[in-house]
Order: sequence, then structure tokens, then C-alpha cells
Amino acid sequence: MAVALDKLSPDLREQRLREVEAAVARHRDKPGALLAVLKEVQGILGYLPEEALKKVSQGLELPLSQVYGVATFYTLFNTRPRGQHIIRLCESAPCHVQGAREVLEALKRELGIGPGEDTPDGKWSLELVSCIGVCGVAPAIMIDDQVYGNLTPDCIPGILASYR
Amino acid sequence: MATVKLTIDRQPVEVEQGTTVLRAAEKLGIRIPTLCYLKDINAIGACRVCVVEVKGARTLQAACVTPVAEGMEVFTSTPRVLQARRHTLELILSDHPMECLTCIRNQNCELQEVSEALGVREVRYQGKTSRHEPDRSTPSLVRNPAKCVLCRRCVAVCQKVQGVNAVQTLERGFDTVVAPAFHLPLGEVACVLCGQCALVCPTGAIHERDQVDEVWAALADPGKHVVVQTAPATRVSVGEEFGLEPGSIVTGKLVAALRRLGFDRVFDTDFTADLTIMEEGHELIKRVKEGGVLPMFTSCSPGWIKFIEHFYPSLLPNLSTCKSPQQMFGALAKTYYAEKAGILPEQIYVVSIMPCTAKKFEAARPEMNASGHRDVDAVLTTRELGRMLREAGIDFSHLPEEDYDAPLGISTGAAAIFGATGGVMEAALRTAYEVITGNPLGDINITAVRGLEGIKEASVTLDGLTLKAAVAHGLGNARKLLDLVAQGKADYHFIEIMCCPGGCIGGGGQSIPTDTAIRQRRIEAIYDVDERMVLRKSHENPAVQTLYREFLGEPLGHRSHELLHTHYIPRGTVPRKEGVAK
Repeated sequence: MAVALDKLSPDLREQRLREVEAAVARHRDKPGALLAVLKEVQGILGYLPEEALKKVSQGLELPLSQVYGVATFYTLFNTRPRGQHIIRLCESAPCHVQGAREVLEALKRELGIGPGEDTPDGKWSLELVSCIGVCGVAPAIMIDDQVYGNLTPDCIPGILASYR
Repeated sequence: MATVKLTIDRQPVEVEQGTTVLRAAEKLGIRIPTLCYLKDINAIGACRVCVVEVKGARTLQAACVTPVAEGMEVFTSTPRVLQARRHTLELILSDHPMECLTCIRNQNCELQEVSEALGVREVRYQGKTSRHEPDRSTPSLVRNPAKCVLCRRCVAVCQKVQGVNAVQTLERGFDTVVAPAFHLPLGEVACVLCGQCALVCPTGAIHERDQVDEVWAALADPGKHVVVQTAPATRVSVGEEFGLEPGSIVTGKLVAALRRLGFDRVFDTDFTADLTIMEEGHELIKRVKEGGVLPMFTSCSPGWIKFIEHFYPSLLPNLSTCKSPQQMFGALAKTYYAEKAGILPEQIYVVSIMPCTAKKFEAARPEMNASGHRDVDAVLTTRELGRMLREAGIDFSHLPEEDYDAPLGISTGAAAIFGATGGVMEAALRTAYEVITGNPLGDINITAVRGLEGIKEASVTLDGLTLKAAVAHGLGNARKLLDLVAQGKADYHFIEIMCCPGGCIGGGGQSIPTDTAIRQRRIEAIYDVDERMVLRKSHENPAVQTLYREFLGEPLGHRSHELLHTHYIPRGTVPRKEGVAK
């Protein structure tokens, strides 16, 4: 999903940054626009690189420290490029008692990475998150925007294979 | 205003609606412990040290953010409350380096005080500890996030009072850290080094860069002639380092103490404050008469200088080209004084005693070498001087009163008031009036520019010209004036800006604590110093008159330009280097 800004071709890089500027400009005079802008910018670039955050800061006339503070507070924002697909495993109590730990072990085994890491081929990122609101089907994971519930370790290879 | 009746620990109290439980308790003489709370600046209920029990409430309430209500029954020291506070503090301490004995804030630390007040005798929790390296990237301040309790006072003061936003709370949960954007070192972002963060830090997480040992080494060096200058504001604050009342005037004791430390000459920044008025006053007159850039801004406050360089570079032409009194002193000590005393400039070592952390940065600016050497070698804050005197075992409060050495120790009351907001303006107007009109000023107390009001205005009529002046202190207030100037909506001739709230008496290098009440008392002391002086106008300073006659020639003359004036550097607000994202 996300390619580091500096690894894009110069033309594409410029184009993406212009899109970022346009997104910032659309929100310029709205109070409390920061979260919405960051979400849009991450939609464009796949992550929130320093250069984009500087544009957000200048465009919204907000201190850079504040923009960066917000970008690093919310787990849905990334300040470095992540894998093509982000797997979010719920580590809250209901999932935990229903076997989230075993699901995590299966994910680690299949992907060869731990929480907070990305696979070297850039395909996958793994994250632990708080409740995703589907306790009824615990244990659960999200891959990008798709929820998978009632999981056992055996489900994992099949789910991952469906993305290949 | 509607009032509310409630009881706290069964004692009835009536307070204004909207008052917090914390303030209501104060009224009854009940001191609820706090850690993150900072009056008027930070009330966020984050640390949970101030929790109290409120009858009918399910959970304990943070007194600093809980408003009173009619009929409320508050209990501040039930076993439940005391246990909760202690547990909270133990959890904070479980991730705090227990280095109290070697900490720069040892015996002046709110975390220590609150631990003592709550009777914490052990820390039963052992868990993950955060790892942070100290940030020594600036000549003024050291950040040590390992000692941070995440109270966010520094963030609040930097944002709300100074409008600088150099630091912010980054990341989340256990990874939370107060740091500049992108985890950059402080030296690489738009920080003005005012040190207000250090002044409000409850622990040793951010503090002045300590130069005491450098000064001890210079004093011990037989090849060095070590001279010292004392800033106006330090003579009304250094006593607090020794338990004297805030606002105690200790000028004579300060001189005596410095002599006992072994300084070869004890001089006064007040001397060059008078000189600043001569140069800056004439610069103002010249700009007004010759159609120069107006309004002219004062240039004494190095935090303010760095602020305008970062945030308002387009207004740099408005800034007076005069160096600050500290730097004028350094330049003259290694030229005029060196010549007079027959000492080689390279043998002279100049130390400043300053209420200010930004002065350390100013002294280190590469252009500050008008004498051909670094003009000011070391800058000690009021706090560092306090530590140095304690190291030397000097019994400050019992010292005799002594006088400054001549000639660089001779000054007027106009120089003393540089230490308070509005003081430079008042001193400049006293001189400008008399220089322009040739008549003595009737009442030399220009009270319109005094006091803690954020922005003050005054006007003086000089030979048909009405000179309009404005004064701001605290950079948040400065921003308001600067925005008006930038938009062309201000018709002032002269604007005084001091970086720190209250002016230098509230500087980031002053004694801890410094709060509004203490600032007020130091300000009163400063005007007392002025009242007691025989000479109260800078142009009447005989040593300054001699300096012009013997050495400088005239204000704004050739030599003045070489030694006493400077230039500024637009810096921008965005970090120059790319940061290392975590």
C-alpha cells in the first residue's frame, strides 16, 4: 500500500505532494480539521511522512509539534510506510480469554514478524489494538477494513492466502 | 456573582460558582497536594495526586478540575483518598530514576515534596521503565525526559503563555514523551530557549545547562582576570536561593558574595543598561527624524530576539540594532576596560549573572565577538549562582553590603528597572524626553508602562511630536502586537518586548518557584531600587559620560557601531534537518 515518499519517481512524488496540498487547502478554514486532514493525507500517501506533516502544519497554521503529537497519538496513523495490508489484532480482554494469544502466535508463525513489524516484502504489517467493537465474535482481527471473527489459529493460513 | 455553599472536611465554605474544589479548600487552609496543576496555566486533572472524595460520587474526583456544587460534601483525607494518592504516586515513582541525591533539583523538587507530604515510604511496583537519553543540544537548556512525570506544564507554558510550541506530548500510552516534533533535539527546532519550561518543571526533566564548574575553573586560573556583571533582575531574586522573602533587595550582599567567590572585579550590567538607553534612545530619535523603520522594537531580551528571528523574520528591520546590555558589557570589558586596566583582552574572562537561560545562547552567538574574542565567556543563571555560593559555603544572608567596582559598576535607577516589564521603555522615555526637548522631565515615574498587564500603552509629547509607545511581556502577548504591526494596523513609534512574563524578574533562569505573586514582589523591589538611587536617568550616568568622552565618541558613532550594535538572522519555524521518526 504505502511506498516511501522518497522511493517514488520524482514526477509521482510531486503529484502526490500536490494532492496533499489540495487536501490541506480544502480544510484550511474549518476549525478542528486536523484529524480529517491527516486521514486524507494518509489516504493519499499510505502514511504520514515528515514532509507531508510540515505541509499540514503550514496549511492549517498549526504548530508542527502539535501536528506530530496528534499523528503519533492515534494508532490508525503511521509516520512510516507500512505493509500493503495492515493486520490489527484485538488484545482486549474478551478476545484474550477467547484465545487471541493463540491467534497471534499463528500470525507470527505465518508472517515471520511480531507486533509493530512489517514483512520484508512490504506485503504485511502486524499491530495489536484495543477493542475493535466485535466482542460477540471474539477473538477477532481486522485486515485493512475487513473484520474476521470467531478465529482459531487454523483459520489464519487460509485468510492470508486469500490476499495472495 | 452567584455563590455556592459546600463543606470540605465538614467545614462550611462559600465560594463563587465555578470555583474548583482545590481553590475552595485553599480558602479553608486545607492544602490538597498537587503535581501537574499549575495555577492559571495547567489544570488538566492528569496526575490524579489531588483526588478527593465527594459524597455521592462513584469515583474519586481530581480537585484541580472539579467545580464546586451547592451542598457538595468533600473529604480530602479519608483512608480511601490517602491510599489512592499514595498508589498513584508509587506508580509514577516506579518509572522515575531515583537519583535524587545527584539531581540538579535535589531539595527543590515538587515530586520529592509531594512524596514526603503523602508519606510514601516504599515503591511496591516494579515494572517496565522508560529509557530516554538527555538532550544536550542547546547551550541553554538540557532536557532529561527520563525524569519527566508527564505533567504537561512545560507544554502548557510553551503553548499558552509563550505561543512557541517547541515541545508537545508525543506518542501514546507508555511510550508518551514530551519532546519537539519528530523527536528532534531542542536545538534543531524553533525553541527560543526562554526556559519558562524549566521554571515550571516540577522535577529535573528540563533545566538550565550548568556552567558552574567552568566558572570555578576560570577563577582558579592564575592567568585569567575574571570579571563579573550582574543583571538588574538578579539583585531582587538571588536572596530567594537562601530562603529570603521574594523581592528582597540584596544588591550589596550580591556584590560581597561575588567578591568572596574570587572575582577580580565585580561590575554591573546596569552600567551597560544605561549605555543601551543612550544608544537605543538615539537610534529611536534618528529613526523618527529621518523616516527610518518604525515602530522600533527593543532588543535586550535574547529569547525575544530568537522568537522574532524564527516567527516574524519580516519584522527584523524593526528591531533596534543595539546589542543587549550583557553583550555591550562583554564587548567593552575586553576593549575599553582592558585598555584602562592594562590587561590583555585574551586574559579577561567575562562572567554574567543572569535571570535568563536564553542569555547563554546569546553569549554563544558567533557574531558576539566584537572585541576579537568571545565577548561573554560564561553565563550563570540566578539558580546556578545560588548553587555556586552554597558550594562555597557562603552564608549569604549574613554578608555585609558592598559596592560595585568602578567604572563598569556605576549605574542609575533607569538601568535597574530594565528588570521589570516596561522598564526599558520608561528608562528610554526619561532620556529621550530630555535629550529631545532639552527640558527636565516633570514626573519621571511613567507608571502607565508598569505592572503585569499583558500589553500596555503610553504616549509622551516631545516638542510637538506625540511619541506612542507599547509594551508587551510574554511572547503570547508579543504576538498580538506583532500581528498588528505586520498588518500595518499599529501606529506606535516604539515597542518594548520582553520574552518572559513580568520581564526579566520572571526569567527562565530565576529562582524556583516563580509565580505571579512572586513576580509582583520582585517588580515592587525593582522600583524600590530605582527610587533609592540618586541618579535615575541613564544620560546622567557619569561613568557612561566618561566612556563616550574617552572611548566611544558619541552615541551611534563609529566605535559604537563596531562594538555595541549587531545584526539578526532569519531562522524559520521548520526544522532544517529531517528528523528521525520513531
